Amino acid sequence: MNNDTLIIGGHEFHSRFILGSGKYSLKLIKAAVEDAGAELITLAVRRANTREQENILDYIPEGVTLLPNTSGARTAEEAVRIARLARELGCGDFVKIEIMRDSKYLLPDNQETIKATEILAREGFVVMPYMYPDLNVARDLVNAGAATIMPLASPIGSNKGLATREFIQILVDEINLPIIVDAGIGRPSQACEAMEMGVAAVMANTALATAGDLPLMAAAFRQAIEAGRKAYLSGLGRVLSRGASASDPLTGFLRD
Amino acid sequence: MENQFLVDSEFLSPEALARKHRLETDPSARTNHMEYMPGMERIESDVCARVMEQMNAYDYQKYTARDVRAALEHETCSIEDLKALLSPAAEPFLEQMAERARRETSKHFGNTVYLFTPLYIANYCENYCVYCGFNCYNHINRMKLTREQMEKEMKVIADSGMEEILILTGESRAQSDISYIGEACKLARNYFRMVGLEIYPVNTDEYRYLHECGADYVTVFQETYDTVKYEQLHLMGHKRVWPYRFDAQERALRGGMRGVAFSALLGLSDFRKDALASALHVYFLQRKYPYAEMSLSCPRLRPIINNDKINPLDVHEKQLCQILCAYRIFLPFVGITVSSRESARFRNGIVKIAATKVSAGVSTGIGDHESRYSGKESDGEAGDEQFEIDDSRSLQAMYRDISGEGLQPVLNDYLYV
Repeated sequence: MNNDTLIIGGHEFHSRFILGSGKYSLKLIKAAVEDAGAELITLAVRRANTREQENILDYIPEGVTLLPNTSGARTAEEAVRIARLARELGCGDFVKIEIMRDSKYLLPDNQETIKATEILAREGFVVMPYMYPDLNVARDLVNAGAATIMPLASPIGSNKGLATREFIQILVDEINLPIIVDAGIGRPSQACEAMEMGVAAVMANTALATAGDLPLMAAAFRQAIEAGRKAYLSGLGRVLSRGASASDPLTGFLRD
Repeated sequence: MENQFLVDSEFLSPEALARKHRLETDPSARTNHMEYMPGMERIESDVCARVMEQMNAYDYQKYTARDVRAALEHETCSIEDLKALLSPAAEPFLEQMAERARRETSKHFGNTVYLFTPLYIANYCENYCVYCGFNCYNHINRMKLTREQMEKEMKVIADSGMEEILILTGESRAQSDISYIGEACKLARNYFRMVGLEIYPVNTDEYRYLHECGADYVTVFQETYDTVKYEQLHLMGHKRVWPYRFDAQERALRGGMRGVAFSALLGLSDFRKDALASALHVYFLQRKYPYAEMSLSCPRLRPIINNDKINPLDVHEKQLCQILCAYRIFLPFVGITVSSRESARFRNGIVKIAATKVSAGVSTGIGDHESRYSGKESDGEAGDEQFEIDDSRSLQAMYRDISGEGLQPVLNDYLYV
């Protein structure tokens, strides 16, 4: 297990929990790092665009990689502009592309996301696109230079778990990049389930931000993700989720 | 009971007074409030018809406790459910509504509460709206900030830590024309991260110009969706044209604005119908412009200079809370703003349930921020206020109080792209 690292764009991570942005507080970041073990923390560039004394940039601990996102972008062009701004702000080369043309469900716009991925990958960004789980789009994103694929489990903030489970499984099976489940994970058991399926990492925010005891919930996520990962690596997770084999082999009649 | 809005000023000439009385008493002296005036852009839209159809058919007395319970059990709140939640039958369920509203707010906004402040740059007005302190027949100190005065005000506000500003004017194209407002937006972009506008409704190309000047959000209060009542309260001026006002948000979005805000002024007419129409105005427009950010507010009538008796009648805090909860349950993703018209106690409570944005360090007067913020004697004149505020907390006090409630005050979450 010690060698079981997650590699994104040439960077190595030991944790498979990523803190999403959105509901932001310093307490949340602290719990995510200390109790959930997060090494990758999302930062909405628009949220960092502030003079506030408690600036989020100052609070990110050493050893944690910032993952600026392009929330607020409605087109590829706007996402590209926000990503470049993030780089200027000193946020590094990672970027999570979020492009929404829908203020109600905040569903990502896959077409625009492909366009932005292509431009930003060319500019040397480590591009992590948030997308609606569609196999053709995922392949286009791979070709466009994405470093991971980040399908949504269910609408942001809905806490509805793996509503798109079957389609995420297809991505896990067919795409040779880490699949990171983003949005909709409401409880540790859902994170565990995603990890059992072979997902490389889980991103969550609301589930932690709205928990009664933040550090405790963060620790629960850490354990759930580790448990799911171990189950997947053990090979049992796939068997369990895909149905058991018959006791008498169906092909027992074959002679030579 | 009704509000007594009509007040005569001793400063009006006999001719002006006669004209005012005629407008007040003789409907034939007033223009057709449903007819566009020259220069007003007309757009093709079915949003108004949809909203009005629902509002006109709304009989809130027919809803029962059973309808309210069903509405609270449904995962997605339908228009019928909203009607039940706004009805008198829902009043005994206020606590349950608040619990549900709180869950929705938390799902979509977490613990965050956004802070902003309004900046009135002019209080000249060409309209006679009987309940408003700025109305052209009300005897108040009129003022319009010069560029230098604006900049001074903005500096004072920005120094307090505020990052979002809402620029307001009285509704006078003659005194506060588009280029004047545009200059204010350009200036504000130097001092603030986010610039919103609450000005008289304008045409699409004018909204586009103001967007290019740096504004990205437009607030227009419809005041009341009851067109007959509207006609009786807005007796003269451009504002009298009800349908042009209704389509303002849609024109603003077509002009490139990122977000729009809506409201009825509760206490003017039947508040349940006005609340329904406001929510549906957002609902139908969001379906048409799904990328747009939408927000609602819920102001109640307040006393004004020369008429301290104006009040929100039957819209008490309980009813206000009921409306805000119903908005949140029906439109879980929209911003809800509660202004300084409401008390500190009410605002502290409602940010935990449904509201996502509050104002702080508020003045509804013109050019008085320095004296208000620093306590220094003003060295210049100031323009009078639009209405009396209730919650006068400074940004610092508001920030501290919100943090004290376990919530996260946010000064900016926006980029102009």
